[in-house]
Amino acid sequence: MPPILPGKHLWKEESMTNKDIFKRGLIKENAVFVQLLGMCPVLGVTSTAINGLGMGLATTFVLIMSSIVVSLVKSFIPDKVRIPAFIVIIASFVTVVDLVMAGFFPGLHEQLGLFIPLIVVNCLVLGRAEAFGSKNTPFKAVLDGLGMGLGFTLALVLLGSMREILGSLSLFGLKFVEADGILIFVLAPGAFIALGFLIAIINVLKKRFA
Amino acid sequence: MEYFLIVFSAIFVNNIVLAQFLGICPFLGVSGKVSTSVGMGGAVMFVMTLATIVTYIIQYYILIPFGISYMQTISYILVIASLVQMVEIILKKISPALYQALGVFLPLITTNCAILGVAILVIQNEFNLLESVIFAVANALGFTLAIWIFSGIREQLEIMDLPKGMKGVPAALLIAGLLSMAFMGFAGIV
Repeated sequence: MPPILPGKHLWKEESMTNKDIFKRGLIKENAVFVQLLGMCPVLGVTSTAINGLGMGLATTFVLIMSSIVVSLVKSFIPDKVRIPAFIVIIASFVTVVDLVMAGFFPGLHEQLGLFIPLIVVNCLVLGRAEAFGSKNTPFKAVLDGLGMGLGFTLALVLLGSMREILGSLSLFGLKFVEADGILIFVLAPGAFIALGFLIAIINVLKKRFA
Repeated sequence: MEYFLIVFSAIFVNNIVLAQFLGICPFLGVSGKVSTSVGMGGAVMFVMTLATIVTYIIQYYILIPFGISYMQTISYILVIASLVQMVEIILKKISPALYQALGVFLPLITTNCAILGVAILVIQNEFNLLESVIFAVANALGFTLAIWIFSGIREQLEIMDLPKGMKGVPAALLIAGLLSMAFMGFAGIV
């Protein structure tokens, strides 16, 4: 998957209202289900819905903040070094998230582990900074980051809930039946299989309502 | 024996793609053809080994002595990004043949989370330099093995008659799930 998708937009940028910019990231151009970006955390941390939510919100924060900064400094950065510059901006906010999470939510921090520093290399974050943040005003960049981030969070929570319900018969840590679930959905193979079916279902629904 | 355990567990038991979910983007994106997937594997091995050595030196000779370990993420990603650029320039000059084979994959590798992931895992596992290099090579082999098998299956999948909704990515993900299940069988060995 190339990290940057030039011009892969379903709608024309110029004619978009603020509402459209916010809305398209949620479902129509959902980062996970449609664009298939940032798949490592999607598969890696969604063994429970809570982990998915935590990871989604952390990524959303980085996405919004880096988009704002990129859109503010876009005119000072020479074109040739813009990608390394964007990466430094993103890495700074990831470090902030890492330290804040370690301080305030140590449990969640331990669960997400390696995947927090790896937000730096999430193609979604760099992709939005390059494709949108570097060309638009800070306000629009916030809307875009918020929409894309919430869409990403939605996907993570959806997949996390599905795996938690099937795998351990619970949701957000609350067990509703005292029995064993299908263990494989909590383990690594379940992540691939659950996401495969989820994308298939979304493909079918999209065709039906298109 | 110790080294053998590191190699075996990195390739089979804790396979970087199928068990740890690192490097999923190239795993799904560059696995359409067997030849390109092997090229990607080679490029990953090259960069992963170099990056692990360099970040190891930075961690133990710069970050820790100066007490700035919180700079880990930023410094590592910068090192990896510049390393990839440098490798690209050097390869172009020294070995055009190798550049032809690996060149197209190099820019994609900066955002391959397997590289950064292995660099951080080496520090977390408190390996020494030799162990780190072995760990990096073994993980790259694991990546190559996974993407090689996967691309072979995907080539066959192209000519299968699948339900409409399952075509493409969903079917590929299911195959990845089955592969991951197969690799889980190695878990009891170590």
